[in-house]
Amino acid sequence: MIAQLDSTVARPEITWDGLLPILTLGVGALLLVLFRSLMKQLPKAAADQAVPVIGGVTVIAMWVVGGFAGTDVPLAGLRDGLGDPVFFLGLLIMVGLGGWFAQYLRLSVDAALTVMIGLTSLAATWGVWTDRYEIDGAFGLVGDQLGADGFSLVITGVIASAIVLVALLLDDYLEREGMAGADMYVLMLFSGAGGAVMASANDLIVLFLALETLSIAVYVMAAMHMRRSESQEAGLKYFVLGAFSSAFLLYGIALTYGAVGSTNLIVIADFLEQNRLVEDGLLMAGMAMLLVGLGFKVAAAPFHAWTPDVYQGAPTPVVAFMASAVKAAGFAALVRVFVTTFADHADDWQPAVYALAILTLVVGSFMAIVQRDAKRMLAYSSISHAGFILVGVQAASNEGVSSVLFYAVAYTFLVIGSFGVLSIVSGEGDRGTSLDHLDGLSTRRPALALALTVFLLAQAGVPLTSGFVAKFAVIGAAVEARSYWLAIAAMVTAVVSAFLYLRIILSMYLGQAEDDAPTIRVPRAAGLAIIVALVITVGFGLVPGELDDITRDAIPVLIAAG
Amino acid sequence: MSSLLAASSADVPFPILSALVVTPFLGALLMLVLPNGRPEYFKQVAFLVSGAVAGMTAWVMVEFDKHTADEFQFVDSAEWIAGLGISWTLGLDGISLWLVVLTAALFPLTILAIEAEHTPKAYYAWLLLLEAGVMGVFLALDLFAFFVFFEIVLVPMYFLIGQWGHGARAYAATKFFVYTMFGSAFMLVGILATAFLTAAETGNAVSFDLVYLAEEQALATTTARWIFLSFAVAFAVKVPLFPVHTWLPDAHTNAPTAGSVILAGVMLKLGTYGLLRFGIYLFPEASVYFAPALVALGTIGIIYGAIAATMQKDLKRLVAYSSVAHLGFIVIGTFALNTEGLSGGLLQMVNHGISTGALFLLVGWIYDRRHTRLIAELGGLQKPAPVFAAVFMVVMLSSVGLPGLNGFVGEFLALLGAFAAHRWWAIVAATGVVIAALYLLWAYQRVFHGPAEGDNAEMKDLTWSEGAIMVPFLAAIFVMGLYPAPVLERMEPAVDALIEHIEGNVEDFDEADADQGEDLDVDDLKDLGKKKDSKATDESALVEGGAG
Repeated sequence: MIAQLDSTVARPEITWDGLLPILTLGVGALLLVLFRSLMKQLPKAAADQAVPVIGGVTVIAMWVVGGFAGTDVPLAGLRDGLGDPVFFLGLLIMVGLGGWFAQYLRLSVDAALTVMIGLTSLAATWGVWTDRYEIDGAFGLVGDQLGADGFSLVITGVIASAIVLVALLLDDYLEREGMAGADMYVLMLFSGAGGAVMASANDLIVLFLALETLSIAVYVMAAMHMRRSESQEAGLKYFVLGAFSSAFLLYGIALTYGAVGSTNLIVIADFLEQNRLVEDGLLMAGMAMLLVGLGFKVAAAPFHAWTPDVYQGAPTPVVAFMASAVKAAGFAALVRVFVTTFADHADDWQPAVYALAILTLVVGSFMAIVQRDAKRMLAYSSISHAGFILVGVQAASNEGVSSVLFYAVAYTFLVIGSFGVLSIVSGEGDRGTSLDHLDGLSTRRPALALALTVFLLAQAGVPLTSGFVAKFAVIGAAVEARSYWLAIAAMVTAVVSAFLYLRIILSMYLGQAEDDAPTIRVPRAAGLAIIVALVITVGFGLVPGELDDITRDAIPVLIAAG
Repeated sequence: MSSLLAASSADVPFPILSALVVTPFLGALLMLVLPNGRPEYFKQVAFLVSGAVAGMTAWVMVEFDKHTADEFQFVDSAEWIAGLGISWTLGLDGISLWLVVLTAALFPLTILAIEAEHTPKAYYAWLLLLEAGVMGVFLALDLFAFFVFFEIVLVPMYFLIGQWGHGARAYAATKFFVYTMFGSAFMLVGILATAFLTAAETGNAVSFDLVYLAEEQALATTTARWIFLSFAVAFAVKVPLFPVHTWLPDAHTNAPTAGSVILAGVMLKLGTYGLLRFGIYLFPEASVYFAPALVALGTIGIIYGAIAATMQKDLKRLVAYSSVAHLGFIVIGTFALNTEGLSGGLLQMVNHGISTGALFLLVGWIYDRRHTRLIAELGGLQKPAPVFAAVFMVVMLSSVGLPGLNGFVGEFLALLGAFAAHRWWAIVAATGVVIAALYLLWAYQRVFHGPAEGDNAEMKDLTWSEGAIMVPFLAAIFVMGLYPAPVLERMEPAVDALIEHIEGNVEDFDEADADQGEDLDVDDLKDLGKKKDSKATDESALVEGGAG
């Protein structure tokens, strides 16, 4: 400890280019705050003109940042790119298209900026993946406190995609609810940056800090709807229980430190590999606490109780973000801490995760059936999906980890699509989320009904959708790990869940809409988000090979402290 | 999907089997983008697409080499998910050939025969998607692909029953979906276990290739038995076998006519075909081990279905229960595990598709005219609609298994095989034939005989277009009844190969042949159907078969 104060210690190596995916989100959030505090109220004319400019800048930012990410000599790439007339012309056209598209979507300035930041981070992630990770393998960031490996990159990509899509959903939602402003976007970007750090964390303390950054922003987002008491309630409930779970996590970190003598994941892993603890009570207790803390975050039963209320009360696009990005980050942490770090103690934690998985699956699917509110139903179904992902975690194998990743990616788009449709259908004040409000949607808005049908069938695990391949991968991992009964239990609860999705589909196709049902307006931006989610859901269902390869390349590794 | 096509193997000049699956799929997509303005286009396009599939199937049927019917022909393979050893492999042998032909023929006829009651766009799109799925099941030679198709057919059928059905359609549709999916839940675990355990045993990479897995036979006996059970659950629900059959009467009764025709005609065969291809072929030892249990369940299904059918008040429900009984024959024939039984079961799959499909069409037309299916409210239809009655009679007799019509050959062979293998069950099952004659003839009598009163007297006879649709059905009924040899001689090599496969992998397997070791020759069978002795019950036929 004292050595750290010594001035001779080398400055940690930041590795800026590898940090770009995370940095873009965090710095983007700061810039957005700065921009909005400088210009509280943009003149209408200026705002109108700004949007297409932002659209154009997005393309350039993606190119430049994506080029910088992961390469030591980005300038050469820029020079060659600009020197090539064909490329230059193509870039110009893309810039024009970007501008036109932003205009066409009628985005607000804040949403456009958020989409830009999200896409840029996505491009940076792609850059790091192709230019560095695929060539040199995993590497450390910020003095090896963070690690950029395939796993963290995929999760960062998931979070960035979720930010883009949710921003598209939020744009019109905030307008509709009279909440327009940058605050929600800023919080979401901060939360996303926290999630990305969490996925890359190489140290339990960093992991905790990132988790708090992620969570606190989301607590506020859940409570943002000032005129809805449910939203306030959701925020408070989420905050109290979240703080509670953080305490568990912190205690778990402390106990683990006590047992092993470090909070650094690689040190822990190495220590456990080389030593067998005679008295392992402290470590066991630490692992249990960590599991409880992270179990809260991913809403695994019996730590799921907050989920239905929070999902029902929070603004619908925020729920989409919570169910996708926040959950993905939580599972990233779970995988990195348990599967990778505590790999040598898999025999100790596997039974616990086995039990959690079964309980989560059963609670999620059975409780979902008796709900009357579509948002609550999907909340419970998200619990049962968490159970499925836990089945993959339980396998404690590379197969299992890549199936978890596949599931996380597929589920992100599924759930954003599902809640996106609900957000559009529920109308002002999120009032219309009960099943009755979906009655006759197929005649009122056939395209929306079809989209929701595809998302729900995918959640049920019907083939030719990404949801099926995800379930196939997870069950495959469980079977390979010889957990047959867990696999069967998971599949049977999937059938129970299917019953629930069929209920929603039935009310859309067989229910009769009331005559005074309000007309449903589909905003362009939200429509685009749903189309993107739909294309990805069906696309990964038909040709899952690419994503499967990526998730196989993305097994988490721990970066040795330098 | 187009990239898959492009990457198809060079063995065949044109990936005809992929085309059989992809064409209706694309047709369904095309349906989505057709403008809503001209609803009559939907039916025409759907008919053209399914007609094109039928045309391609006819080509396949002609080109099919009967001398190598025991091998997979027209094989078409491409990588799908390379990391998991999953490929898009389709192939056709003597077992699947006739089911594919049946599917290809039944869809255009069904589309032609029945108008969509409402929203034709979605209706025909679902029908085409269904055709793609069913074709895929019969052609898939990869366990993953098979499962994908096996599951995907649920979705269109769910919507067909739910949206275009009658009565308690929501209940029936959900029950159908959940029951079948419940069965498949076990099969998915079984499929994964087969692939991963085989990989673990052999040290090879994971592969879902059916032929590879079946030839490898790497699994331990007990493991294979467990996995076979997981498959059997899925197929038993689909067949459906007693006691998991309860979704079928509900689904059939409430489904629209087209749904019933397809359900009975081809979808029930997904289960029996699955038992054959993925049960017996993959797990020969386990099949032999569990054969008595399956024969018992099949027999219970025969008797139970027959008795239940006798007591039905609703004509459509009666036909539905008769399906339970007929599928029982297929199962006991299949699990007799000898040439006669397997060929009989297989033939009966096709026969049942023809006769029950036609029966559901006819019942549907009665409903269209009379808006009731209750037997008590019908009566004397023979007088106002004589042609209708005659056609109904022929189809019904084919379903009863009258010699000279198609139903007889299959049922006879199935019972013959079962008699050799499981004598007492076969004798019990044979009484099902008698009860079948009872309930169908009795129903016919109540519906068509007697005085026609009220609306019944106004019943419109078969129209020319309806008659034209019935012609292929009747032709098939007579041709396959009188001269089944062309069908059988393409099946038998594949069936024999399957039995050899069992013999090669099960140590003390002793094929219980109907005529004590001497294989029943195809030439004998040609004459079988020609017996005109309508009084010959199957017991007496059995004795003849045993003696000769």
